[in-house]
Amino acid sequence: MFATGFLVLAACLLAQAIVGDDVWNRSAWRRYFFPGFGFVMGLGMWGVAVLAGGSTIHLLAHCTWAQVMMLAGGAHLGLARGKLQHRFWPLTMPLALGVSGLAFLGHEEHGWLYSRSALVHHICGWTLVVGALFPLGAAFRPRSHFFRLGFAATFVVLAIALFALRDSGPVLGNVPSTARGDARR
Amino acid sequence: MLNPVGRAFTRDRLDAPRSRRTAAVAAIGPLIVLAGILWALAQPDRLPLLDPDAHGFWSLAVEPPLLVLLVGVFFHRFIASGLIRDLYGSGVG
Repeated sequence: MFATGFLVLAACLLAQAIVGDDVWNRSAWRRYFFPGFGFVMGLGMWGVAVLAGGSTIHLLAHCTWAQVMMLAGGAHLGLARGKLQHRFWPLTMPLALGVSGLAFLGHEEHGWLYSRSALVHHICGWTLVVGALFPLGAAFRPRSHFFRLGFAATFVVLAIALFALRDSGPVLGNVPSTARGDARR
Repeated sequence: MLNPVGRAFTRDRLDAPRSRRTAAVAAIGPLIVLAGILWALAQPDRLPLLDPDAHGFWSLAVEPPLLVLLVGVFFHRFIASGLIRDLYGSGVG
């Protein structure tokens, strides 16, 4: 479900990068859609944190994630509304991506090729850590197409990786039997 | 009567720079739909609906290729069409 959400966000960010802010912000619901959707996904992450089970580190990672997603979503809602105007508020987005990436990497205790699940966690983690550089750059150069398209591409990669997470196939055909069970979860 | 996407393509011939943006926005939804269809064809095992007895509730409720397809339809129907209409109304080249 989160992969679907990220794909919707990726399509919206891509369209926004193509048409520019002036056209995108002409419609009020479009202006609030991206930050609002991000905020709701942050709320949903609390459900995942509670229901997904697993270890304490899983719980901490998902809770941290939920908080930074809600912070970024809420801050950008405020920016879209015009209530928040300080130039540092856009930095909540790279913060959210960076912290989410570190949470992905932190709660995956296995190596890259241990299982499909481990591989996807590493890909998502590093995609988010590197992807955080795009909104960071966009915060200082908001008109840059490079940063905008890079931000959209980050969500595309994330959506593809998360869709692959549910696939139960082995990584390279040489996965230990314990790892296969882990990947199916 | 043409829908906003159809009208935009009709006007593309008269407005080349804007038509590229219009075509790019109009292509996002269909490309996502195409990706969903190709994924469903390439990995039919990702569609538990085809074998409902072998799967639980969540597997049946969440069908990844169909979700991708729905994202494409949603984007094209609810976002791209309005965006293209606004793109023409804005005078942005």
